[in-house]
Amino acid sequence: MSAPSLPAAQSQPGTRVKPQRTKRNLELFLLIPALGVAALADYLVSVSPAGSSADDSSWITHVVVMGALALGMNISLRIWAKYADPFILPIVVTLNGIGLAMIHRLDLGAARESHVATTQLLYTGLGMACAVVILWAIRDHRVLRRFTYVWLAAAVVLLLLPLVPGLGKTINGAKIWIGIGPFSIQPGEFAKIALAIFFASYLASKRDLILLAGKRLGPLQLPRLRDMAPMFIAWIVALGVLVMQSDLGSAILFFGLFMVMIFVATGRVSWIVIGLGLMAVGAVFAVLFISHVQARVHVWLHVFDPAVYNRVYGGSGQIVQGLFALANGGMVGTGFGGGTPNKVPLANSDMIYASLGEELGMIGLFAIVMLFLLLVSRGVRAAAGSRDGFGKLLATGLSFTIALQFFVVTAGVLRVMPLTGLTTPFLSAGGSSLLANWVLISILLMISHNARRPSTGGSMLSVQDQGLIDRHLRVQAVSALDAVPDRRSGAQSATGPGTRRNAQDSAGNTASGTGRLPGGTTKNGRGENA
Amino acid sequence: MNQAIRRTWVAVVLLMAIVLGATTYVQFFAADSLNNNPLNNRQLIANYGNARGAILVDGKPVAESVKNQDGSQFAYRRVYHDPELYSGLTGYYSFSSGSTQLESSMESTLSGTSDSQFFNRLADLFTGASSQGANVELTIDPKVQKAAYDALPDGFKGSVVVTEPKTGKILAMVSKPSYDTNLMAVQSTSQLAKNKEELSQQSGLALNWNPAVYDRVSPGSSFKLLVLAAGLETGYFTVDGTYNNSTSWTPPGTSKKLSNFDGGICSSQPDKASLKFIVAQSCNTPFAEGVQTIGQKKMDEVATAFGFNSKPSDLGLAPTSASVWPSDMSPANLSYASIGQYDVQATTLQMNEVAMAIANDGVLMKPQLVQQVSSPNLEVLQSFKAQKERDVIPSKVANDLTELMKQPVASGTAMEAKVPGVDLAAKTGTAQIGSTNKVQAWITGFAPADDPQVAITVNVQNLTYQQSHGLTSQIMNKVERAVFNK
Repeated sequence: MSAPSLPAAQSQPGTRVKPQRTKRNLELFLLIPALGVAALADYLVSVSPAGSSADDSSWITHVVVMGALALGMNISLRIWAKYADPFILPIVVTLNGIGLAMIHRLDLGAARESHVATTQLLYTGLGMACAVVILWAIRDHRVLRRFTYVWLAAAVVLLLLPLVPGLGKTINGAKIWIGIGPFSIQPGEFAKIALAIFFASYLASKRDLILLAGKRLGPLQLPRLRDMAPMFIAWIVALGVLVMQSDLGSAILFFGLFMVMIFVATGRVSWIVIGLGLMAVGAVFAVLFISHVQARVHVWLHVFDPAVYNRVYGGSGQIVQGLFALANGGMVGTGFGGGTPNKVPLANSDMIYASLGEELGMIGLFAIVMLFLLLVSRGVRAAAGSRDGFGKLLATGLSFTIALQFFVVTAGVLRVMPLTGLTTPFLSAGGSSLLANWVLISILLMISHNARRPSTGGSMLSVQDQGLIDRHLRVQAVSALDAVPDRRSGAQSATGPGTRRNAQDSAGNTASGTGRLPGGTTKNGRGENA
Repeated sequence: MNQAIRRTWVAVVLLMAIVLGATTYVQFFAADSLNNNPLNNRQLIANYGNARGAILVDGKPVAESVKNQDGSQFAYRRVYHDPELYSGLTGYYSFSSGSTQLESSMESTLSGTSDSQFFNRLADLFTGASSQGANVELTIDPKVQKAAYDALPDGFKGSVVVTEPKTGKILAMVSKPSYDTNLMAVQSTSQLAKNKEELSQQSGLALNWNPAVYDRVSPGSSFKLLVLAAGLETGYFTVDGTYNNSTSWTPPGTSKKLSNFDGGICSSQPDKASLKFIVAQSCNTPFAEGVQTIGQKKMDEVATAFGFNSKPSDLGLAPTSASVWPSDMSPANLSYASIGQYDVQATTLQMNEVAMAIANDGVLMKPQLVQQVSSPNLEVLQSFKAQKERDVIPSKVANDLTELMKQPVASGTAMEAKVPGVDLAAKTGTAQIGSTNKVQAWITGFAPADDPQVAITVNVQNLTYQQSHGLTSQIMNKVERAVFNK
């Protein structure tokens, strides 16, 4: 049954149970309202009080380019990932389009002539192009699993780049930028993807070890100390980012990402408890010893204190202006061009949620939040449907990254927590963020394609059979570890057709055993079965 | 794994629910309070081009909204008349630099959004009239205001405050250097930035505050009024008593001598002198010595009663500052503080409140600027009501102080303030700035002494002793003439 994951098995079309619908036409159909929303928003910006004086017709360019790009994505998916989830692309295009319209509007309201929207459109194109290239070049996300530690190294290098003298740039107090010529790049945006791939790959291999060893303490199954090492590493990376780069947002993002992935890998609440404990320790440490964090927390607690508000640098002006913008918008918003969102510093990047809230109102923000929830839900669905543990972990991690990043930014803007310098995915102006998030989406699309792709494996489990599907997935989650085309499974497939049955047995063992964890039985089951 | 994935999804739903909840809170439940937050000037910008009510002095506008040509970005613009005279009171109403003073504190009234104008707004809704703000009439007497402004010398920082002690009405409040508030009301952002830059380069110019209520300097000998009040209350001083008046006196705990002014008239009575002589000539040593007996505690009580160490009650002018009487001083410092030196600091308004309280039998009336608020159809929405601020000193002490304050005018340091036919009570002050030859010059007083109509306080800062000589008395003289039509 784990055969679908084996490349060899794909060449057995005769075993297909029922042809899956690709749903690419549904996607194309959904792109119409998606582009419609983007077009309407951008058109309203152009005819608004902010735009009319400039005789502005750039909205047509924006929409035509966006439409062409979206169509290109749709066609690329038809070729290289035809079973991909049909909702993801339209949702992302809608968000990207709304963001572009808002950035356009902020350009019009800016004190100096500003063309951020054009840059944003350029990076949208570049982002989609990267996505297409990845779909074409990689096709199967399991390829990514081959280079576990390369991804870790890549992530660490990306995170350290801004600290390289001459290369790193400090913008608004955070050392998270590198400057190459006239461009500023935020390597952290890409590091989050590399980290997600590393975690997924690492946990997919070490999962059963982590699962089976360890003592019980009351209701908690405690992991062994050495299995916790990667968690400590993640914790140290997060703290390192915080200390060396003064980037609270990324620290929370990385740590949250790892917590969720290890939780998905093990299903153990104990990890969450330990993780939250570490986070609490980290938070106390940060608040006590890191002046940057102290300042943020102080500002957060005293935003309306005139002394804090009027501070020229590092005051609460930004968040307070953001709150005023949101309050000004109220329930229904001022409409595009009706408010004064440019009063908020960084209105088109960090604070775009406030800008959108002022002009689109609470109702508009609700729609945007729902779009994000929908997007993340589709990603989670891809994860649940994925046939291999790596795919499940990666899809969950990437989806959760979007959700957490969105949460950390908006919660900061709304003063639920201290404001951090993260971008709002797809909405904020920023090339690195757009590029990285489109890359992220291409991987999600790829995983969803592999999840929905017709099962070419044995007929023992019907994909349509909802009653069986969960067990099927649970079984696969483990057995797929053996089946993926890495070194070990390569050795496996060399042993011939019998392997698959063995793998299935082992999977059955593990699946029935995980509940009670009969120590030892499957401890190194993989090796025995192989 | 799928169960964990589903749980992760539930966590995501929770995160999104928090975002939705917080968004609802900020945009719905907290929206009103955020919109009305004093730091929030979005409404100002939104309404910038609307017609605002006028600020009137004696029925004539000193600030009004004037219609712009059709097709302008803003329908109305703000225009100030006699702006230099009124800059500290009206403040300015600018597009990108916010608004100050009454333009800021009376915002809701002037823009027509105050609660008392609710029914007018409702009526406007039905009649289709564009809503207009209410007019604010000030207590200022334009003649006194102008006389006070003209009397202040150019090239120095200084303020004059004139009030009615019995009601608290502010009749004049001017400062120099002043500026043309119209420069801050220009509607071109670039022109405004340029004007602001130029104004901010003028030395001593207070663009964003009113110096009469915000700038503090040492009150010098005018502070002796408080020591006298304390001494009269405890019985240390009596109006007809005589006191040690040695030319110099060394406070306990220091070897530094504190002297009467070199070659001054005080030295003509170097042993014992009457209190009236001491006050008339503003001798120092009797106060430096006396305050040791009166004590820090009694002084704290009296200074606090007069209003030191707390900000004045709301005038519609911001920012204001609290005048300073230091606590827990060493005996030496206490002696220096008794003659208004050391760290003692006062605003012009504060010293005027001292005169007001003495003039009004020891009861301080709350200083107020607004005479009346009326809607565009002349309906009175709010009118002046005199309010008692607090009891400061017993009326017996106030009467004794009045008697003593007549002395400098009759035969002492304030003789030049005397206007024939006006019975003035006043006390001068000249505080040396550190060990420089510069001083802060003061006079505070009221007239007529027996039935006070006005309290007048003059402060000119950072001038040489020669320049200060008689200056504040001459300014007071001119203000009195304007008040009493002499």
